[in-house]
Amino acid sequence: MGDTIFALATAQGKAGLAVIRLSGPDSVAVLQALGGTAPDARSSRVCVLRDAGGLILDHALVLHFAEGASFTGETTIELHLHGSIAVVRAALRAIEATGLARAANPGEFTRRALMNDRLDLTQVQGLADIIDAETEAQHRHAMRVFGGEMADRVTRWRHDLTRAMALLEATIDFADEEIPEDVSPEVGVLLATVARDLRDEIDRQSATARLKAGFEVALIGEPNAGKSSLLNRLTQSDAAIVSEFAGTTRDVIEVRMDVEGIPVTFLDTAGLRDAQDPVEVIGIKRALSRARQADLRLVLTESGAVPDRLVEGIAVDLVVRTKSDLHGGDGVSAVTGDGIAPLLKSIASILSDRVGDVGLFSRERDRIALEEAAAHIELATQSAMPTELRSEELRQAVQALQNIVGGIDVESILGEVFSTFCVGK
Amino acid sequence: MFHVKHTDFDVLVVGGGHAGCEAALAAARLGVRVALVTFRKTDLGVMSCNPAIGGLGKGHLVREIDAMDGVMGRAADFAGIQFRLLNRKKGPAVQGPRAQADRERYKAFMQAQFAAQSGVSIIEGEVVDLLVGDGNRAQGVRLGDDSEIRAAEVVLTTGTFLGGTIHIGGERKSGGRMGANASVRLADRLRAHAPGVGRLKTGTPPRLRKSSIAWDGLAMQPGDDAPGFFSFDTSHVACAQISCGVTHTNAETHDIIRRNLERSAMYGGMIEGIGPRYCPSIEDKIVRFEDKTSHQIFLEPEGLESDLVYPNGISTSLPHDVQIAYVQSISGLEMAEIVQPGYAIEYDYIDPRGLSRSLELPSIPGLSLAGQINGTTGYEEAAAQGLVVGLNAALRALGREPLVFDRATSYIGVMVDDLVTRGVSEPYRMFTSRAEYRLTLRADNADQRLTPTGLAVGCISAARGAAFADKMARLDRCTADVSAVMFSSGQLSEHGLQVRSDGKRRNGIETLAIAGVEVSDIIALEPSLAAHDPEILEQVARDALYSTYIERQERDVAVLNRDEAISIPTDFDFASVGSLSGEIRAKLNASRPETLAQAGRIEGMTPAALVSLLAAVRRAERVSA
Repeated sequence: MGDTIFALATAQGKAGLAVIRLSGPDSVAVLQALGGTAPDARSSRVCVLRDAGGLILDHALVLHFAEGASFTGETTIELHLHGSIAVVRAALRAIEATGLARAANPGEFTRRALMNDRLDLTQVQGLADIIDAETEAQHRHAMRVFGGEMADRVTRWRHDLTRAMALLEATIDFADEEIPEDVSPEVGVLLATVARDLRDEIDRQSATARLKAGFEVALIGEPNAGKSSLLNRLTQSDAAIVSEFAGTTRDVIEVRMDVEGIPVTFLDTAGLRDAQDPVEVIGIKRALSRARQADLRLVLTESGAVPDRLVEGIAVDLVVRTKSDLHGGDGVSAVTGDGIAPLLKSIASILSDRVGDVGLFSRERDRIALEEAAAHIELATQSAMPTELRSEELRQAVQALQNIVGGIDVESILGEVFSTFCVGK
Repeated sequence: MFHVKHTDFDVLVVGGGHAGCEAALAAARLGVRVALVTFRKTDLGVMSCNPAIGGLGKGHLVREIDAMDGVMGRAADFAGIQFRLLNRKKGPAVQGPRAQADRERYKAFMQAQFAAQSGVSIIEGEVVDLLVGDGNRAQGVRLGDDSEIRAAEVVLTTGTFLGGTIHIGGERKSGGRMGANASVRLADRLRAHAPGVGRLKTGTPPRLRKSSIAWDGLAMQPGDDAPGFFSFDTSHVACAQISCGVTHTNAETHDIIRRNLERSAMYGGMIEGIGPRYCPSIEDKIVRFEDKTSHQIFLEPEGLESDLVYPNGISTSLPHDVQIAYVQSISGLEMAEIVQPGYAIEYDYIDPRGLSRSLELPSIPGLSLAGQINGTTGYEEAAAQGLVVGLNAALRALGREPLVFDRATSYIGVMVDDLVTRGVSEPYRMFTSRAEYRLTLRADNADQRLTPTGLAVGCISAARGAAFADKMARLDRCTADVSAVMFSSGQLSEHGLQVRSDGKRRNGIETLAIAGVEVSDIIALEPSLAAHDPEILEQVARDALYSTYIERQERDVAVLNRDEAISIPTDFDFASVGSLSGEIRAKLNASRPETLAQAGRIEGMTPAALVSLLAAVRRAERVSA
């Protein structure tokens, strides 16, 4: 019965363990598509899971529940993964990419359990509250992600999509009326705008982009504050040249590493001072611009005070007192390694908050919706597409965006038609 | 006056318009004893408003009625004096047949059908009351002369006659159509019985004398060279074909109307009913689209012999003198004589959310409603509902299972579902955009979608059944042959078709699914296919064109059907469901969904509310089991 759904079953964010649950007839097929082999029902097996490109996602403990003997009553596969945000995201994406399963809607597992008589009805008490809470959380999250400037954008998407659909439907349903023959230029502009916005949004929100590029953490500070030494210590490399001469680092040096499962690129930058050397001036300019764009800025200072020149225009996320081996007390030492582990921990915690806090799964679902909608809109803009198929693609796009732009039903489309065109003979 | 003693009928239909005729004939096809009560026998099959049938969405409905062996399609084909397939340049899913009809021929055909159909009695009279028995069950009707007719099932198709009021400027009078009485007493009775009675309005333009129009200077619009018919049975036009004239309103017309707006019934505040936005009066057009300096008018002859012309596009409720002034300001109509002024008509409708999917009113078992009384507008919408109630009333009288039309297989199903779950806020008209499965619900495949159901129910004639079986056999053979031929991408591009050179081999169906590929292309590639009937090949191509989308829609339908399978008992107490908001509970009570899927389509329904409802339904099942 029905299709196959998946969702992260455990709490979102970093944890020791993360469980992704698949329910529906294709659950086993999804596992196989990820390179796993289903254990017998009621038992478990360790599988190496890979994405479509063959990259290892994780070593997972896989549980198999047979149809009629699971929570939902359907064939269920549980993937017990290591609880890293990166692993979970990559696994969810890989499952979606199989095309065999879709992200579950709020309360959908429970609903299936209910449909299949798997729940004792006394257990259903309060179930609606749980789903309400889920929906509410999702709504709050949507408001957060799409708050402010984004709210305007969503309103515009809604308007543009309604308008585009109305124009297309008008040429279909009012063909024998005085409707302009060719509405495609306006439809084209409307859809191109929405498609571009969606793509932008995907790029910005995209876990893909984040995981590929990682987070950028910029080390900034006055010359000789110990940025390069710290970089080398943090990354256990000697990527940066270290000397006692102030202004040794001219260009931005990047080193990638894994910080508690989160890919991070550390940026070592030129020390900030009023430089005379033209090359150093360029280096400082670059340092400031990269620091602005970075996800996190560590200000390194020997004294513990933030240098004045940094206050303007650059947000400071963490102030790190360097060379604790010379000054004693708090701070980090690139020489002894003191304070390095706690520093990495706080970096990881800030960054994982940034991904984890907004709800990793619902973000993932939104991303899927945006991707799907963008794909449909792009098909709808193809010039060879007949009107009724364009319209069908748009309907699918709106369906995908339902949680973001709200329902656009035939009444709102007809309303737009009637307010735009004088139809009716 | 035809006097009836306590003669029993199985199904009694009140009203002889499009809904009533279709209902009575559908019931009779199932072999039950049917009576149709109407004011005047000669009004059977009258077209009260415009002399045309079909259009987008509407044409689809007529094809579906025909696929169930109904009468409207054949009547329109017989009466058709101009056939046009709308959206001819677009894909088959959005093409809709339309025809101008000769009023007299249409009526004559309809009346001939009644004469030929056994088991239908036509009774002239005014129905003034409903006879109601134990459990509020409908038992028949009382006529104006106090005679009673008893029947197991009563079908009301009162159109605009129920509490009808005609407005021409400041004048108002009771009436169901110009020159016909309204059903006032029945309306009062129904108001007492039915929950949710409201007022709607519609309008009609003045009728002009054909000979008073200066046709010579007007542009003419002819019909299609190769007419597309409504009925799967029709192969030839039945009578002479005509063209329609085209003219336009102008600045002077608009001035006259603007100066007299307060004398319009609609703008003078005489009308409370809500009119349709897609069929605005000329007053409405000029007020709402101020910038538009001209509006198109089609001058549609009402028939081959008729001296009347229907000016499509200028319906009005202005006073008679203003109508004369603005009509004569229009090019070609300078000398036009108004034979009958335009008017607005207000009438009662019953909130259709109170109806079941067989359009029965559960508060009065045995009573079902079809047509404008349910808040719809249009001949086709009315006839389609007539079919639904006629078949279902007969099935109930025979003690058989109801026949539910669903959204996934017919426009009829879309309309019924829209009416009973969402209700109406203006007179409801069908549009293709209302059908989410539009690519599957095409005018061309109405028989493939519905005739098997009709055969199973037993409302299809033997001849029609045999013709359908033969067509399906030829379609199957043709589909098999087209699926069996394989073309390489090289072959296709050599033939001049634009395909990706992916080295993939495509079968004939996949090839036809490529945009721009036509039947002639695959015949050129595989000449043996020419052995198939060209019309059958075209039909295979139409199915193939949307095949990838249809697969996707089938998946959606599977999800829908899962929820459609969970039925909510008719006596279910929505108040027993915990954790529902007052608003949702009120909406559930108003529309009383019969399935979980229907409940899900109610506006404002949340996933949480749906799960609560599902749980409560399950609990109720356990208790009763």
